[in-house]
Amino acid sequence: MSYVGMVLVSHSHELVNGLRSLLSQVEPNVPIAVAGGTDEDEIGTSALKIKRAIESVYSDYGVIILFDIGSSLLNTKLAIEWLGEGRQVRIADASLVEGAFSAVVEAGFGSSLDQVLAAAEEAKSIKKL
Amino acid sequence: MIRLEQLHEWLEKANEKIQNNKEFLTQLDQAIGDGDHGINMSRGFKEAINKIRASTYHDIGSFFQDVSMVFIAKVGGASGPLYGTAFMKAAMALKGKSVLTIQELAFALKESVSGIKMRGNAQAGEKTMLDVWEPVVDYLASSGDSFPWQEVRRISLEQMEHTRQMEARKGRAAYLGSRSVGHLDPGSVSSAYLFEALAETMEGSEAT
Repeated sequence: MSYVGMVLVSHSHELVNGLRSLLSQVEPNVPIAVAGGTDEDEIGTSALKIKRAIESVYSDYGVIILFDIGSSLLNTKLAIEWLGEGRQVRIADASLVEGAFSAVVEAGFGSSLDQVLAAAEEAKSIKKL
Repeated sequence: MIRLEQLHEWLEKANEKIQNNKEFLTQLDQAIGDGDHGINMSRGFKEAINKIRASTYHDIGSFFQDVSMVFIAKVGGASGPLYGTAFMKAAMALKGKSVLTIQELAFALKESVSGIKMRGNAQAGEKTMLDVWEPVVDYLASSGDSFPWQEVRRISLEQMEHTRQMEARKGRAAYLGSRSVGHLDPGSVSSAYLFEALAETMEGSEAT
């Protein structure tokens, strides 16, 4: 089976690295890349790092990106522009942890990029209490 | 006409202002942002200046392109992709040119303003760098090739000061809502330094 790839973008490398460990335990087959911190691994984000992360998990099934705050979104958009037209890459309007969790479960079923995106975005409406 | 050396001098002067006010920008950003604006702008300008000092340019487009890539690659916060996009749009507009009229510079900076709006999904009035960029560039674009550069400085500082009363709708300051009122927007302050530096450079070479 083939799977949608996932990219986790954060200001902190430790944050997304930890999240990836969690998600890989849930769905070991889904390809997950992280882009946390600047090129010097300081707090911040890097468009170059995000671009490389997308390329590392890219397939015809596409890639979903989840991000934390602030410059994550700006640099993610920039990275996608650099990849050029026609790429199957979508940014989820979702919280990073809960959204990624829903997305990885959906992706683990071999679902399409649209279905994985919808799962990530629907996580916003799931009540935690 | 504006020559490459003047554009280089512009960024040198802007760099001086940013480095001298690094702590101030950090304080402003600690009040309503995440406290990294001084560090990020200081790093971005330092690296950009190193890059342009080490290179020889004949094309104004490649000069701004290099500055753009430094900001995008070296600055971790939102100011990296925003200033980086601004310089990138100017680079595209000025590709192949070795001298400029003021109107050509104004046109390129208008492209920069569009780029900042697109990248940040923002408009003027939201307590951001655009609140300085847009009115200053509009003034440049509507003033022909002869006007007092002092006026560019005045508009920059006036518009920067104007962000104090605004409520933030972008970036981390937006989480503060009305509590952001009463504070200057750090991005508008760094932008005012940039345009003050431009005014000083051009005033100093009025005879050319």
